[in-house]
Amino acid sequence: MAKEAKLPINKGLSKEDQLAFYRDMVRIRRFEERSLRVYQQGKIGGFLHLYIGQESIAVGCASLMGEHDHMITAYRNHGHGLAVGMGMNECMAELLGKATGCSKGKGGSMHYFAPDKNYWGGHGIVGGQVPLGTGIAYALKYKGLTGSCMTFMGDGAINQGAVHEAYNLAALWDLPAIFIIENNGYSMGTSQERSSSHPEHGLAARAEGYNMAWEHVNGESIFAIRDGVGRAIERAHKESKPTLLEIHTYRYQGHSVADANAKKYRTKEEIDDYRKNHDPLNVYRLYLLDQKIMSEDEMKEIDNAAKKEAEDAAKFADESDFPSVESITEDVYWEADNPDQRASQGRLFFND
Amino acid sequence: MPEISYRQAIKDALAEEIERDENVVIIGEEVAQYNGAYKVTEGLLDRYGPKRIVDAPISEAGFIGMGIGASMLGVRPVMELMFWSFAYVAWDQMINNAGCVRYMSGGLINVPIVIRGPANGGTNVGATHSHTPENLIANMPGLKVVCPATPYDAKGLMKSAIRDNDPVYVMESTLLYGNKGEVPEEEYIIPLGKADIKREGTDVTIVCHGPSVGVAITAATILSSEHNISAEVVDLRSIRPLDEETIIESVKKTNRAVLVEENRPFCGVDAQIAYLIQNKAFDYLDAPVQRVSTIDAPAIYSPALEPEQLPKAANVVDKVLAIM
Ligand SMILES: Cc1ncc(C[n+]2csc(CCOP(=O)(O)OP(=O)(O)O)c2C)c(N)n1
Repeated sequence: MAKEAKLPINKGLSKEDQLAFYRDMVRIRRFEERSLRVYQQGKIGGFLHLYIGQESIAVGCASLMGEHDHMITAYRNHGHGLAVGMGMNECMAELLGKATGCSKGKGGSMHYFAPDKNYWGGHGIVGGQVPLGTGIAYALKYKGLTGSCMTFMGDGAINQGAVHEAYNLAALWDLPAIFIIENNGYSMGTSQERSSSHPEHGLAARAEGYNMAWEHVNGESIFAIRDGVGRAIERAHKESKPTLLEIHTYRYQGHSVADANAKKYRTKEEIDDYRKNHDPLNVYRLYLLDQKIMSEDEMKEIDNAAKKEAEDAAKFADESDFPSVESITEDVYWEADNPDQRASQGRLFFND
Repeated sequence: MPEISYRQAIKDALAEEIERDENVVIIGEEVAQYNGAYKVTEGLLDRYGPKRIVDAPISEAGFIGMGIGASMLGVRPVMELMFWSFAYVAWDQMINNAGCVRYMSGGLINVPIVIRGPANGGTNVGATHSHTPENLIANMPGLKVVCPATPYDAKGLMKSAIRDNDPVYVMESTLLYGNKGEVPEEEYIIPLGKADIKREGTDVTIVCHGPSVGVAITAATILSSEHNISAEVVDLRSIRPLDEETIIESVKKTNRAVLVEENRPFCGVDAQIAYLIQNKAFDYLDAPVQRVSTIDAPAIYSPALEPEQLPKAANVVDKVLAIM
């Protein structure tokens, strides 16, 4: 049961706000469950990294975003996309590689993008997105905008050199960057204990070396997330300073749906315990019931709507067309896609 | 001869070399406890223990660089990249350090490292996971690049790579791991820099490597059955060192060449080979050299289109017909 929020950022939340958090978390879960089925039907190629168990993070963070607050993440990116308002249709269609997908079928499950929603994607190279997020924060400062960029990474990503270079730059140049480690305990089949050397204070304490603020956040409570992230956003907006947050969470599924070893590196007891006692969606559901903010009926309604939305999206994706062969060479060079505005003629971009 | 998978052939090569030389160690992400992301190292931790089979954190620049350092002191690390696309994270180490240390030290220091793992596309994992940088590496001095196409080649070339005193980068292919082929039980090695004629022919030479070998053989079969054209398939096996002689001899015999590679055409390996042929066999050519490559864009995810982007047997057949 989530501790009752006593935090300013969570004070005065309306019933609608709290309903919206619930709805957004449920939408992500139902979308992912539906996409798992689509994968099992053989309609999705490559990988599918599910976010089930971590929904509170994307939703909590997105709920705090203002006009100039941005997000960027790794390949486990569906939750963030939906949380910032991407439609299920374009998201599902991308999984099937359809022309109607958010990336026109070119990116796939790991590469969702919605810059119009301040969402800079889904990135497939572990840690590779972290300098990018730092760059977005840099651009905000450069343009004199009051904003921030939340850059999400896993506990495995923080061992990449690029991540540390980015931390250093953010701290050195006072960038409004918020680094969020979604610590689900595992990088693929490797537990955090086997991948990271860290002090008693965990991974977030690595920020000490960069003179950067840090804190630990309990990922099972959306209020705790909003509280910690809220403080970081405030720091970014008011002081233009970065923060490193380590949000403790869990993933129930394997690393990806194709993770043949999913059941080998964790015990069933461990997974069951999380599902029963720490699942952020369930924790929040019980809180809403306990506080009489929502009734079982209202929840059912939200759930059914999310299921239907996901079902419709699967149908939409199924019925959409694949991109054309010609489209393979579109979107590679701006210049090639805009022949009318091309600065100089006669350049050869493609041959054979 | 028993038939074993490409994956098994590589594992056997690794195991035999681990047993032969106590300096050989395997290092990479998920290679030990998880048994290998592509199961190439399955069971090796149980057999050889954690000193020889080592799990690394996700830190390619760090652990590949560390392997390079260890090799300078005579350890012979075989480093696994989970995908060759991730090599770019470790590019500085792989190029500036592994490739140049021997030269910059005037030959005082050797770098006997092997870096291996799956390359190529075909599994719908999009641009960050599908590229194959053999042309980029071949362009860098001091490095060797090997792209085995069959279980037999994979085992023999892997053993040579591990015994080699230079950095050897071995590109396997996700799609090849399950393929089976004959591999002798007795010990053998295949020297680097020796191409293999996978199919004899008289009318046209098809030069290929890695997963394109399968494409070329399919094309050769179609050419022979449907068009009565006899194609010779030359599998490079290693890109650098490059077996110029086998290519040139074949072209002198057939007078035509079509080059196939799963790579972008611009500055691809085939560009080098086309130059080689026109330079050393110009007078023998009855038609311009042709190429079939990957359509020049980042790897597309869409499962419907990825096969269109990659070289296809039909493209090879068309190119051959165009120059007959
Ligand atoms: C540079 C690089 N190395 C390896 C991989 C393969 N890989 C993809 S995800 C992953 C595990 C990452 O774990 P973590 O950062 O903890 O994120 P999580 O999956 O837990 O969300 C690995 C090893 C990759 N995509 N990029």
